[in-house]
This record gives sequence, C-alpha cells and structure tokens, in this order.
Amino acid sequence: MPGKLKVKIVAGRHLPVMDRASDLTDAFVEVKFGNTTFKTDVYLKSLNPQWNSEWFKFEVDDEDLQDEPLQITVLDHDTYSANDAIGKVYIDIDPLLYSEAATVISGWFPIYDTIHGIRGEINVVVKVDLFNDLNRFRQSSCGVKFFCTTSIPKCYRAVIIHGFVEELVVNEDPEYQWIDRIRTPRASNEARQRLISLMSGELQRKIGLKVLEMRGNAVVGYLQCFDLEGESGLVVRAIGTACTLDKLSSPAAFLPACNSPSKEMKEIPFNEDPNPNTHSSGPSTPLKNQTYSFSPSKSYSRQSSSSDTDLSLTPKTGMGSGSAGKEGGPFKALLRQQTQSALEQRGGSPHRFCRRREFPFFTLTAFPPGFLVHVGGVVSARSVKLLDRIHNPAFVGIMGNTRSYKLLDWNSFNSDEPETRDAWWAEIRQEIKSHAKALGCHAVVGYSESTSICEEVCILSASGTAAVLNPRFLQDGTVEGCLEQRLEENVSTRCGFCHIPYDELNMPFPAHLTYCYNCRKQKVPDVLFTTIDLPTDATVIGKGCLIQARLCRLKKKAQAEANATAISNLLPFMEYEVHTQLMNKLKLKGMNALFGLRIQITVGENMLMGLASATGVYLAALPTPGGIQIAGKTPNDGSYEQHISHMQKKINDTIAKNKELYEINPPEISEEIIGSPIPEPRQRSRLLRSQSESSDEVTELDLSHGKKDAFVLEIDDTDAMEDVHSLLTDVPPPSGFYSCNTEIMPGINNWTSEIQMFTSVRVIRLSSLNLTNQALNKNFNDLCENLLKSLYFKLRSMIPCCLCHVNFTVSLPEDELIQVTVTAVAITFDKNQALQTTKTPVEKSLQRASTDNEELLQFPLELCSDSLPSHPFPPVKEHLESASSNSGIPAAQRATSVDYSSFADRCSSWIELIKLKAQTIRRGSIKTTVTVEKASPVGDGNFRNRSAPPCANSTVGVVKMTPLSFIPGAKITKYLGIINMFFIRETTSLREEGGVSGFLHAFIAEVFAMVRAHVAALGGNAVVSYIMKQCVFMENPNKNQAQCLINVSGDAVVFVRESDLEVVSSQQPTTNCQSSCTEGEVTT
Amino acid sequence: MTSELDIFVGNTTLIDEDVYRLWLDGYSVTDAVALRVRSGILEQTGATAAVLQSDTMDHYRTFHMLERLLHAPPKLLHQLIFQIPPSRQALLIERYYAFDEAFVREVLGKKLSKGTKKDLDDISTKTGITLKSCRRQFDNFKRVFKVVEEMRGSLVDNIQQHFLLSDRLARDYAAIVFFANNRFETGKKKLQYLSFGDFAFCAELMIQNWTLGAVGEAPIDPDSQMDDMDMDLDKEFLQDLKELKVLVADKDLLDLHKSLVCTALRGKLGVFSEMEANFKNLSRGLVNVAAKLTHNKDVRDLFVDLVEKFVEPCRSDHWPLSDVRFFLNQYSASVHSLDGFRHQALWDRYMGTLRGCLLRLYHD
Repeated sequence: MPGKLKVKIVAGRHLPVMDRASDLTDAFVEVKFGNTTFKTDVYLKSLNPQWNSEWFKFEVDDEDLQDEPLQITVLDHDTYSANDAIGKVYIDIDPLLYSEAATVISGWFPIYDTIHGIRGEINVVVKVDLFNDLNRFRQSSCGVKFFCTTSIPKCYRAVIIHGFVEELVVNEDPEYQWIDRIRTPRASNEARQRLISLMSGELQRKIGLKVLEMRGNAVVGYLQCFDLEGESGLVVRAIGTACTLDKLSSPAAFLPACNSPSKEMKEIPFNEDPNPNTHSSGPSTPLKNQTYSFSPSKSYSRQSSSSDTDLSLTPKTGMGSGSAGKEGGPFKALLRQQTQSALEQRGGSPHRFCRRREFPFFTLTAFPPGFLVHVGGVVSARSVKLLDRIHNPAFVGIMGNTRSYKLLDWNSFNSDEPETRDAWWAEIRQEIKSHAKALGCHAVVGYSESTSICEEVCILSASGTAAVLNPRFLQDGTVEGCLEQRLEENVSTRCGFCHIPYDELNMPFPAHLTYCYNCRKQKVPDVLFTTIDLPTDATVIGKGCLIQARLCRLKKKAQAEANATAISNLLPFMEYEVHTQLMNKLKLKGMNALFGLRIQITVGENMLMGLASATGVYLAALPTPGGIQIAGKTPNDGSYEQHISHMQKKINDTIAKNKELYEINPPEISEEIIGSPIPEPRQRSRLLRSQSESSDEVTELDLSHGKKDAFVLEIDDTDAMEDVHSLLTDVPPPSGFYSCNTEIMPGINNWTSEIQMFTSVRVIRLSSLNLTNQALNKNFNDLCENLLKSLYFKLRSMIPCCLCHVNFTVSLPEDELIQVTVTAVAITFDKNQALQTTKTPVEKSLQRASTDNEELLQFPLELCSDSLPSHPFPPVKEHLESASSNSGIPAAQRATSVDYSSFADRCSSWIELIKLKAQTIRRGSIKTTVTVEKASPVGDGNFRNRSAPPCANSTVGVVKMTPLSFIPGAKITKYLGIINMFFIRETTSLREEGGVSGFLHAFIAEVFAMVRAHVAALGGNAVVSYIMKQCVFMENPNKNQAQCLINVSGDAVVFVRESDLEVVSSQQPTTNCQSSCTEGEVTT
Repeated sequence: MTSELDIFVGNTTLIDEDVYRLWLDGYSVTDAVALRVRSGILEQTGATAAVLQSDTMDHYRTFHMLERLLHAPPKLLHQLIFQIPPSRQALLIERYYAFDEAFVREVLGKKLSKGTKKDLDDISTKTGITLKSCRRQFDNFKRVFKVVEEMRGSLVDNIQQHFLLSDRLARDYAAIVFFANNRFETGKKKLQYLSFGDFAFCAELMIQNWTLGAVGEAPIDPDSQMDDMDMDLDKEFLQDLKELKVLVADKDLLDLHKSLVCTALRGKLGVFSEMEANFKNLSRGLVNVAAKLTHNKDVRDLFVDLVEKFVEPCRSDHWPLSDVRFFLNQYSASVHSLDGFRHQALWDRYMGTLRGCLLRLYHD
C-alpha cells in the first residue's frame, strides 16, 4: 500500500441556483478516486455551502496515484428525484508525487460542467502520504519530474541528457461507442474527459518508467498529444527528452559530469537491444518484456542502408499508404546539404554514438552552452496513413490492467493486422534519423511530431534539426574526447553551430558555401533553417521577425486509398512551395537564417493547407543574402518588360525598407578578406528551376541575372505573378511591434515585466463557388494577415512590445471552413534601455572580434552608430481617450454626465478601504461577508506579499501564463509540476450563448481560469511553457449545437520578481542589468 | 469568405475604456464601430475597419459576459474566469454604476417600479440617452435599492459594501435610494433649475439629521423598530415638528423673533427692507413646511414647498446668496433667545438641515 491520498472538502461559493422555488441549492460533494467514493453531508439551502468535511482517505497503489485523477462531483440533493449534478473538478495529483514539487493542493477550483461551463467554485485540500517502496519491478514511476519546457528548467542543472523517450497508448473513443447513442451528451463528454485523463496519467507513468530505466530523473520538453481518430479510436502519445537534473541550490560550478552512474548502459553492446523502448508490464511478471516499438533488429538493418534507399523504402510500408518523405529533395537542396559520406569523414565516434540509442532525438530547443556543436539543417518526414481500427500491442497493456474500463467495448478488438501506430511512428523517426545522417549529423534536436486527421486519412509528420552535439552531456561519457578536437575549434568562436557538419567536397546538391564571416576558418552555408531557438551566444545583427509561408492546394474528394494516394502526390509539391516561399520571404527581409521553423500540413476533405512559421534573423556568421531578381518569360514585350522592372523595383525597395526596419546593417567586408570559396551560382539557379513544377521550358535561365547572391524568380505564368504579389502583400507590423515564434526576440533583451498571453481563434467560411488555388491562397493569406493585424491593434497599449512564441495552428473542421488558432505572448520592453542594450551584443562581438581578427574591428563600430532606434512610439492611448470622449460622441447625447473621471487613480485604494470597512462596519447587518479572509488559495507566503497590493485580501491571486520558459524580470524559484488538462464543452443552445464566438470565447476564458486555479492551488503564481495543443471546434448551427475540445499543458511554477529578490542573492549579482540576468538564467 | 467565428481571449482580460464607454452608452456594435472610426483611431493605428469591427465585437462580448458579475460587484472580485487587475475591476464597476445627470433627474424621487420602467422610452427620447443605457441605469438604481432596502445600518456603507463603489458614487446612490424611498417630488417645472447635485446634497443632510440612524444609537430591540434607519425619516421627529408652529401662531413670539433678527441684521443686509417686509411670510412658510411633514403627501412636496415658500420670494426680491446666508443664520440662531420657546433642540435639528438645503437650493 504505497500511498495514502487525503482529501478535504472545505466550502463552495457562487453555486448556481438549483431549486427554482427557493432560489437556493442543497449541495453535497462526492469525492472519487479509483473505485472508492466518499460523500459529504448535504449543506441545505445555500449558494455558499460550508461543508468543512473530515479528511477522506484513499489507500492506493502509487501506480493508481499516477494514472487516476481525483474526481470531485458537486451535486444538488433532491429528495424526490435523482440528484442533479452541478459540475465536476478533476485534480491531477501527480505534482504531489515528486519530492521537490508541491506538498499540498489547496484552493478554489472552478466547478466545471461540460454543458453549462463553470458553475461556482469549490475549496478543496489534497495531500498525499507516500511510503517508500523498494520493489524494483514496480510499475509506477513516482518521482520522475516532467517539464513541458523545451530547455533545461531554470533552477536545475543538467547532469546528463539521456535522450529520446516516447510512448503511446490507444483506446476506443467513448464518443463512438454504441452506448453513446443512449447516454446523455454530458455523460459521454465526461467519459471522454475521464478516459483521456486516465490515459494521460498512464502514458506519463510509462514514460517515467523508461526514464528510470535510463537512469534519468526527469523528462524535459515533454509533449503529449492526442489524436482523435474517430471511429478507429483515440491515441494519446508523448515524446520527451530524458535527463538527469540536479537542483541548483548553491552557485556550484558548472561541472560537466561525464563520470555518471551509467555503467549498466555502457556494458550493453551497441548492437543489442538498447532497452529504452521496452519495459515490463504486469505487476507480477516483471520479466515479460513488452516491446512497444518495432523490433530493434529491423531498425538496425535500416540504419545501414543509405538515406536514399531509405527514402524510397518508406512509402512502400503500410497498405494503401504513401509517404511524403520527399522532404529531402527540395529542402536539402535549398540548404545545400549533402547526403553522404559525412559519417565516414568524421570518423567512427559520432556514428558509434548514435547507434547506442535507437533514436538520438532531443525535444529540446534551447541548450546548455557548448552542447550544440554544429547544426546541419531541418530534417522532416511525413507519411500518409489510412486509419483502421487500432491494433496495438499497447492495447494488451491496458487490458492486462485490473482497473476499470468497463464502459468500453472491447469486442471489436482483433489483432489480424500487424501494423500499429507505434510502427508508423518508428518508421517516420527512422526516416528522420537517416536524413540527419545524410547531413553528417548524429542527432536531431528541436524534434517534434504531429498529426493531421481527416476522416480516415492521417498525415503523420515529424521534424527537427540535424545537429552534432557535444557528448559530454550525454550519457555516453566515454565518447568524450573523440569530439574534443572539434569542440575546441568551434565552441570558442561561438559561430561554431553555423559551420557545416557535412563534407563540402562531396555534395550531391550544389551548395553555396563560404567561409564563416565570424571566424573565417570554417565553411558556412548561405542560409540556415532550424527548428530550434536561437542559441544564446549566437551573434545576430539587427532584430528578427516572424516569417510565414502559407499555402492551399485543392484536392478532389476521394475515398480511402485513392484519397491517400492523392494526398501523397500533393505533399512534395506543397513542401517545395512552402520552402520556396520561406526562402523568398527571408530574402525579402534581408535575413539569412530561420529559427523555430514549424511546418504544418493540414488535411481536409477537399484541400490541403500548409503553414510554415519561423523567425528570421541575420546571423553575423553567415554571408549577406543577395536580393531577388525577377526574370520575365517573354523579354521582347515592352510593356511586360516595364511591368517586370516595376516589380523588381518594388522588391528592391521592400528589401531596403526591411533592412532599415529590422536594423540590419551588416558590416561591409570586402570579398578579398573573405575569399571566395566555392560560389556556384549557376548550379544554384538550376537547382531551383529543376524543382519547379510549373515551368515546362527546361532551357537554362539567362544567368546574367544570377549575379553572385541574387535569387531568381521566374515569372512565367499568372501563378508566379501571384506568388510575387503575395510576397509583397505581407505588411510589416506597425511601428513599436515586433513578432517572432521563438522564445525570445533576437535583438531585444531588455524586457520589462508586463506580459499578456492570449489565444485568438478565427474560422472563415469559403464561398463554395469558384474555388481555385489562387482564391484559396488569397483567402488563407488574408485570414492570417488580418488576424495578425487584429492582434497588433488589440495590443497597441503595450507598445513597444514584442509578440513572442507566436504559434499558429490551422485546421479544416469542415468542407468550407478554415480555422486558425493563435497563441502567443506579448511582452513589453524598454525602448530607452534598448538603446544601451543593443550595444551589448555589439560589445560582445567587439571583444570576440578583437580576439579573432583585427580587421573586423570596423564592423562593431559601424553597428553602434546605426543602431539608433528609428521608430518613435506615439502614446496612442491618450489620443484615443480624448478623441472618443470629445469628438466621437454626439454632444447632445452626451448629456452632462456625472463626472467620476478622477476616480481611476483612487479606485485601487478605495477597494481596500471598503474591505477595511467590512471588518469595522458601524452597525446593522451585512448579508454575506464571510469569504473574505477565509480563502487564500496561495500557500506561498512569499508570493502573497508580492501580488498586487490592492487585491491583497481578495481571494484571487494573479497567475501569469506564458508560452515561454521564463518570465521577464522574474526568477523562477520552483517548479511545481506539469499541468496537462483536457476539457470538453458542448452546448445545445448555441444562439443563446452568443453564437459560436460567444460559446468559444467563454470556453477559452474558462479553460484559462481552470489552469490558473490549479496552479494557484499548487501554490504557484505562473504557468510557463504553456501550450494549447488542441482546440477542436465543431458546430451545427442548424441544430443550435456546438462542441469544443481543448487540451492545454504547461509547467506550474513559483516566480519571484527580480526587484523583490534581495541583493544578497547568492546566485547572481542582481546589480546586473536585466539582460545579463536573463542570459545568466539561460545558462544555468 | 465570411468570418464565422472570431475571438480573442487574453489571460489578463483586455478592457478598452473607450469601447466600454460606448457599450455603457448603449450603442450597437455597428454604431460603436462608426463612432470609433470617427474618432480617428484608424489613422492613428493604421488599422482597417474590419479590424475595428472584430475588436469591438470582442470587447462587447467580454462586457456582456462581465455584466452578470457587475450586477453583484463582490462577485467580480472573487470570480476566477476573468483575470482583471484590481484597478481595472474598480473602473469597470464604477463606470457601470455611473449614471447620466439628465437621466437621474428624470427618475429621481420616482418609484423604481415596472411602471416607471415603461416610461424609459419617453425618457430616452427626451434626454437623447439610448434606451439601453437608460435601462442599465434604471436597473442599477433598482438593484441597489432592492439590496439595501431591507438592510440596517448606514446607507452609504451598505452600498459601498455591496457594490464596491467609490465614496462619492456611493453617496449619490444613497441619495437616489433615499429619494426613491421617500418619493420626493423633483419633476415639477419650478424644480427644473435644480441639479442632481443639489438634491443629493440635501439628501445627505437629511439622512444625517432627519432619519432614525441620525439619532445615534440603534434601538435595542430590533423588532420594535421596523423602519430602516437611514432610508426613512424619523417619524417621531416629524410628529414633533408640529410643536414649532408656535413660532408663527403666537404673535408675540413671531414679533419678538422678527425684531431679534432685524436688530442683528440691520445694516448688514443689502436687502434689509425687503427682508423686514417679508419676514413674517418667510417665517410662516418655513415653519408651516415643518408642521405639515406629518403627512406623506407633504413630505413628497417638501422641495416644491421650499422653493415656493422661500426660494422664489427671495429670488423675486433679488436677494444675493450672502444675504440669504446671513438671514438664515440669524433666523435660526435668534430662536435660542426666545424665552417662551421650549423646543430648541428640535428647532436646531430641523433648521440646521433646512438651512443647508435652502442655501444649496438658492441659485438660478
């Protein structure tokens, strides 16, 4: 009996009126964990019941503790009929299972009903007593910490980064069971919520077991997703990076621990089953290993084959499925990457290293300094699959369990078909791995996986950045020394990650390499695409910006295999066009590298959508990008010629404007200094054209346009014209705004503390008539652009500010509907301080440059003088206020209104005053004043002092939410555990709830509220690395119905404002300016 | 391409004060967008009309969701759905409960019933305030009235406690509730020159001095005294006011009173002769108002009477305000020297308040 769960129900408030006659409610609470249920007394006739229950105690396995959520149901007692449910609260007690995280969950939770939304709040206290269990064959993995953050969490130090962990569990979707026809929508939704909660718990436990097996103690970059496959079931899958983390308690020296306790692993010969993907199942049969992944032997045979054969192999696997793994073609081409022989060149060590583990993947996007040695480029793979009933070995794992899945219908289970979701993913990962190998890299960083499902077709996608890593952080301590030489070379120069990891002499695709503009010793490509965040030590010139490629492709409606084939055929073209667009837009911005690249391909009934987002920057180490040249097809036509030259001028102007806007002023370095290594413009342009599907003329393009760095766009039909136009229609953000999809904006580092996280959702209906690719593209483009414009407008009061971690998600819920969901955070920054701090990198580079090369000295100096801000930020807000009150409203209608205008400054103080009065009220009775002191959901005394002063005795503490891993101007002192929540909301009175917008608006606000409440109950004051992983919205306006599913996750943390930190802080001298603090934090 | 759904939800709820004002003023989304366009916001921000439309819709939706909470402001403070900084919460509440002068003058002293609500159409037409806004303001009055009606204790405190209003706004609401409860007539033509502020000032004085709560100690036995302490005038006090009649009924007393006032004011008053001529009429007017207050009907007409019996006669003789002040001070003080008069405390309680009111009411 390894654990005792204790729950106390304290009180409720703001309950809904359940009895119309008395306008009151007779509420009681059911507390359920596993199969045990307790009940409180009925608290008669109150909307603010005080149950103050005893401690309900559940004695449970720690396995159950990990899997099961605590389920609290609030009901209205009814003497004559069945009790009515008011709503539920699910509490994930996982955070109580780590030693360092929360010790108690206590606070007000919104009572949630899937039909009515939030209906009041309930105050609950939860504790867990864990008994140590020494059984080494245990099924639980209590104590393994999980982090959504895709970097080493701020108050920890990475001892070892073990590598990739993955797992998936499958089940039938309760929504598609026969019983669903007879039960209420509420029951169905609740069954679904509970099931996903259970599956998430189980998944996390299993991943934890793998981590323990790898001798790690934490999972970083944990990403859990669920696939609603409809009839064929429900898949919950997760990937992450196993690590051994040490809590940073003192400013201990940063020791690379290569002598880690990994003896056991080292003894395993590399060609044997490397173990991480297997684990025992069944409590009493520890020796029965169950392989959830495909057999290791298969994977190793794969590995020996060349990447080219790999590509051709993949599409063949799986019945009726094609693969879009053609990725390698255009992409690698664009990135000037090679396929072969790098491994031979590098010698055995990296190669051997990568064999040690099945998939040398890392879900991290930011790394400890020195970890990342080289970056090869983006690798990605897609595969189109047909969904069928799920037949998965993991199934047995669930069935073997004794826990109750009684609702489910297992009859449909059969195991004829060998293919499983596991095998699908393994196949994709294998492909990624071989792509990486082709780039001369032994690892993939910034790795992520996603799916897009439409009816029975599913596109699986995976992408990451091929990289060479410094092995001293990895488990294989022995390998250290093999790469030593290269390390010394590169780490010292800080431009090392840009240097090509592959062999320049043996490139199947011609690439344009130059010597690094920073160290001038190694070769660099002319552009670099990655899925990771910008390394903190990279030298960037100017600011970055969000770059998006958007694309639609119509497709015929088809069934099953025909459909899958059609999609597979379209995918390569889409990939190609997305990359061309990205490249063009990057050039248009005058930049040379993309970070945080995320390409999403969404499948719908009759179309495919592609959306790529990335943050463009100008890396100092990479060559200056050339302009874009336009070439006409019929050069004889005079007016056409004129048109072309007009366009050319516009493009050149745009580039110049962008350079100014993003403060890109690269140093002028004469060709002689750099030397001209292997510039091959001819081959480059040929490459581009050879991929173009629209051009039928194969004759060599007139290469006089192909001056050294020019990028040639050939306008040969209206399509191409459209493309050029769309290039120019992207409007830059208004002055004072910046945007990026990475953690931080390159070039801005003086963040102030104001942050605003938001989610915005838009759905447009396409007119079904005359749908063409162009019209579709335009619609989609407008949708995204308008959405961005709206965001800039809404957040104008925060200027100067930057939208960070802008995350677009596209889905096609129905035939003619396009849904775009954006989550991002707006962070203000200090414009004046920017003046000084833009110099900081310059100074840095100055030092660096001076050690490197005297001739480069002129460059930083030049930068200094040019980095003056060019954008005045007008105080728009004041203008607005006066404008609308004066001119906006007809004078007659603004009858002399009583003037309360001056109250705003006082108002915070008088709320406080009122509260004081509440205590000392003169005489007479006050109806309801009980709750004031009683409820403080935040246990942490430190935090309470810091919360907004006027609200100090309000029950609601402020909880910040951000998709970033840090909070500007603050220090994260404690990680309280992972937040992973799944909600369903349904309505049968859509119009009454304000239509689809009203419905979804309220729901998202409720989801935020529930996340905040859980964090506050854990004693936290912020969620970092917050992500809305899914927002599935379905409507049926004719029936006045709608349903929405939302899945969110993040890390609950406690943060302390830097200004509140005492100067005595042992960690860092706080006298440093903020920029250096944040930098320091990243490195810890 | 039509937009089916378009929402923006921030972790901290965005509140645009300008849009909030438009919403409170009862404009439809379309009108609000038009007004915002006219304010020049598009030029300032470079936004498009579509952006403005979407933004306005978002804010309207938010306000609509917040409205339920604004009906019970403490709920707004404790709710978890919208994370709003305290200063913004205060602003939301304050603005929501703010009212238009023109509107309040129309309903002040009227019964806050369904009947009055039906008249809102006319009020809307007359004042130019949208019907929606009228409804909100009326419902606010009624809601506050309902909540504090049964409650004991200080009216202002109760309102502040339950509606978290600023001190000033709470005082105004106290006046509105007080007027509604006592149904003082304020709509007569001769009262049109008076502002809400004038009435609110009088209400405050009356609450402080003429209600039960004003006596100081609450009655020990709550059952014996069913009147609301701050809402209703002290019945006993009103009964006692009859005793003041002696001041005008007894001719000697009246003459003595007059001579005391005249002696004291001779040479100090610009309008001395007019005062001397009118003294008996004015005094009769003021004392008779007091004596009549036992009848509900006459209580309602209090302000009409004051204006008729005192303000208008003085105004027609062009008394300057300073003279009115001199006169009223002397008029009430001189009573202390009347040996035959035994109700000094009663007189002070009555005249202290009335003097304040009259001075406030005396303007053009």
